[in-house]
Amino acid sequence: MTGKLRRWLVIGVPYLWLLALFLVPFLIVLKISLSDPALSIPPYTPTLDLSRGWEGVREFVAGLDFENYVFLTTDDLYWKAYLSSLWIAAFATFLTLLVGFPIAYGMACAPVHWRPTLLMGVILPFWTSFLIRVYSWMGILAQEGVLNRALMWLGLIDEPLMILNTPTAVYIGIVYTYLPFMVLPIYATLDKLDVSLIEAAEDLGCSRTQSFWLVTVPLARPGIIAGCFLVFIPALGEFVIPSLLGGSRTLMVGKVLWEEFFSNRDWPVASAVAVVLLLILIVPIILFQRNEQKAREAEQ
Amino acid sequence: MRRFSWFNLTSLTLGFAFLYLPMLILIVYSFNASKLVTVWAGFSTRWYGELIRNEAFLDAAWVTLRVAVVSSTLATVLGTMAAHALVRGGRFLGRTLFSGMIYAPLVMPEVITGLSLLLLFIAIDLDRGITTIVLAHTTFSMCYVSVVVSSRLVSFDRSIEEAALDLGCTPFEAFRLVTLPIIAPAVIAGWLLAFTLSLDDLVIASFTAGPSATTLPIKIFSSVRLGVSPEINALSTILIAIVAVGVITASLISKRSIARQMQDTRAAIAGA
Amino acid sequence: MRRFPAMPQTVSSAPAVFAPWADPQARPLIEFRGVTKRFGSFTAVDGLDLKIYEREFFALLGPSGCGKTTLMRMLAGFEEVTEGQILLEGRDLAGVPPNRRPVNMMFQSYALFPHLSVWDNIAFGLRRDRLPRDVIAERVEEMLKLVQLTRFARRKPHQISGGQKQRVALARALAKAPKLLLLDEPLGALDKKLRQETQFELMGIQEKTGTTFVIVTHDQEEAMTVASRVAVMRDGRLEQVDTPDRIYEFPANAYVADFIGEINLIEGRLAAVEGETARLHWAEGQTPLGGLAPKPAPAAGEKVTLAIRPEKVRISSERPAGAANAVRGRIEDIAYLGNISTYHVVLSTGHVLRAQTVNTDRFHAREHTWGEDVWLSWSDSAGLVLKG
Repeated sequence: MTGKLRRWLVIGVPYLWLLALFLVPFLIVLKISLSDPALSIPPYTPTLDLSRGWEGVREFVAGLDFENYVFLTTDDLYWKAYLSSLWIAAFATFLTLLVGFPIAYGMACAPVHWRPTLLMGVILPFWTSFLIRVYSWMGILAQEGVLNRALMWLGLIDEPLMILNTPTAVYIGIVYTYLPFMVLPIYATLDKLDVSLIEAAEDLGCSRTQSFWLVTVPLARPGIIAGCFLVFIPALGEFVIPSLLGGSRTLMVGKVLWEEFFSNRDWPVASAVAVVLLLILIVPIILFQRNEQKAREAEQ
Repeated sequence: MRRFSWFNLTSLTLGFAFLYLPMLILIVYSFNASKLVTVWAGFSTRWYGELIRNEAFLDAAWVTLRVAVVSSTLATVLGTMAAHALVRGGRFLGRTLFSGMIYAPLVMPEVITGLSLLLLFIAIDLDRGITTIVLAHTTFSMCYVSVVVSSRLVSFDRSIEEAALDLGCTPFEAFRLVTLPIIAPAVIAGWLLAFTLSLDDLVIASFTAGPSATTLPIKIFSSVRLGVSPEINALSTILIAIVAVGVITASLISKRSIARQMQDTRAAIAGA
Repeated sequence: MRRFPAMPQTVSSAPAVFAPWADPQARPLIEFRGVTKRFGSFTAVDGLDLKIYEREFFALLGPSGCGKTTLMRMLAGFEEVTEGQILLEGRDLAGVPPNRRPVNMMFQSYALFPHLSVWDNIAFGLRRDRLPRDVIAERVEEMLKLVQLTRFARRKPHQISGGQKQRVALARALAKAPKLLLLDEPLGALDKKLRQETQFELMGIQEKTGTTFVIVTHDQEEAMTVASRVAVMRDGRLEQVDTPDRIYEFPANAYVADFIGEINLIEGRLAAVEGETARLHWAEGQTPLGGLAPKPAPAAGEKVTLAIRPEKVRISSERPAGAANAVRGRIEDIAYLGNISTYHVVLSTGHVLRAQTVNTDRFHAREHTWGEDVWLSWSDSAGLVLKG
């Protein structure tokens, strides 16, 4: 085998694999989302007839329309689902930051020989099944669950709280499962922070609280931003958490798409829902990449 | 950073309690004798017994394991090739598209990946079953592998490879004798990541699995949708134990520092 | 409201000799009383007494690990004193946190806040005092002018050079008009040429502002250049505290003599003391060598060391007539440094002595060369006989 051939093989095999199993499927989604609605009986019109050459292509393109997208705007289920997903993801991200920052800060302040263990402790849940971690909250948050019985035993409440199958449970689920994604990048920036900067702030008259807000937090900003995006982006399209913890009243796009596909069997609409979700995701993804690039430049 | 205060200690204690208590409760309740999962009725291993006798779970576990082994191995090979192409491949036509396709699946919502693959399999009339799940899992986990491996490839000194070539290695020998041993930890980490991702995946498997093949997450999901079940508690406990033992031994054996692992994990998540 | 002391633009004409340490009536600004600092079982600073006076430029000099940085960090408030007291204007500083001390520090790494502009870095400390906006602005401008960085006020720290960063750090620490400014290896990160320029700048700024400076350094040349007094530290103790010229010319012991500049040390036993001059036996069958006697003079036969600087040793082909001390040897090595040349001469006893000549004439061929037999000579007042 010559070197040149080998090089093309190394590039070509994964390239073709991704073209066939990532790009083509996505183009199919795009095409179906622009096709005429029909109940789960592919092929959807229009079909591309290449044997008729240019004429076929032109007819195919002419047959595409935005009917399904128009439909998404008419039924308020969809835009409510998008809005509610955005809100849930954003608020849960904020909560994750509130929970995650003190942990990352504590880790960065901890004695050096504790840190590998603490890091391990944060990473370990990441390797355990996501599904099981979400499921574990079902037994805790249920009406007869561990949390309610503990609170009643303590005398804090008289009757069980309704937590499972509410948005609150979804928030808890997201904070719990995505916490490592928030803690790790923040810890990474805090760990790199030069102690003498904090000493300098104190030397110039800051109390410990002031130096925290004026120096530590601004310098941890790239980590905070990275952590927020790492939670927000996957939370937006989340399916497992709302369907196990959120109940029927919690509306999220991931769940709507699933139901549109499996229950209503309306594939063109499901595809349109997917395309719009991707369009929404592009904004935070670009912002995130810009943040990462800036952080990398600052390091150099 | 310095001065470990009471505030730090408290936030760490609460934080780790939050991270581990739910799983601990799950484990405790898997030994509950009662069918009612919220009422403690004494210690029992009854549910483990029932689990072992449950054919459907065992079948699903077997399918899952096969899918995970095959797809993670394929993904490691493809992902390592892709990483090499990205970092060492130089310029080639469609490089931007290629790197885009590597990073996009990392941020793509699973529902969309699953949906698009299913539509492809229907379009080409491929029967859904173990094969389709393997194809789907290989596709998204190869991207994770390639990110982990390329972060390692970027960080290692290229002149080491050049030295091997200078000393008479063919490019392939240089890769096998020099590059591969150096990036081996990242390749292994990539395989482990791909393996756990495959074991863990519910959404993509749900789309791409046919009636003939059910994976463990699908089985678990369909039985917990209706509520907590003691058998699932037992199953979860076993899975948690396997992961805990696996990760802890791996980290004890491996000389790689935790920090390195964290970087790779972050790179895999961040797609950067 | 806080008033900043006006900066005298011209130094008052012909000031009296500045030497408050010689005046027993003078009140020190800083006083260390038996200060000890231990980290676990390690003693970083050991029972140290020291007085630093207002307007002094005081240098703490020593090798790394000698405790000089710990001493400075105790002044700033980042380390607690284990035993003893540190007094500032007579008040004990124990328990006063760094942000409540009228002491500011210039960090070795400069510790400029990377997220703030030069202007905001300098204003940082002033804002903590909740001063009115215009007072802060005026003071920052004044500081920028002082360090000649007015044009760079809007830049971020990563957009300016190392020398500029150093000046921002200085301006930031000076902005609050501290009673005491601490400088931790302030020029360590600069290259040699810039360092020398900056030393003079630093002295100018110290004179202009009248602030008391305490500088920590391991670079003896730097300490000698900038400081009014130098403290040589070793293993947590002070070896000598004195003006640069006295440290150089009259080192208290062999350690200080060796640490500051180049010196020849010849060990021996005291032979006799005649007036100012002491003579020591240094080798079998050799004439005793002479130098200034230590006070009080030790008894004859005690261990002493003759210390003599290479530039005070003359080198010649013939034995110079009337030289108080002369030894014969062979040139082993010549180090040509442009302005001076150092000759390494091996004596028959095995001692290696260094002698320096100044190269005043470019075209004059070197008088002496490798392997040549030469005479080294010096006067009785050139060398110094030290105890131990």
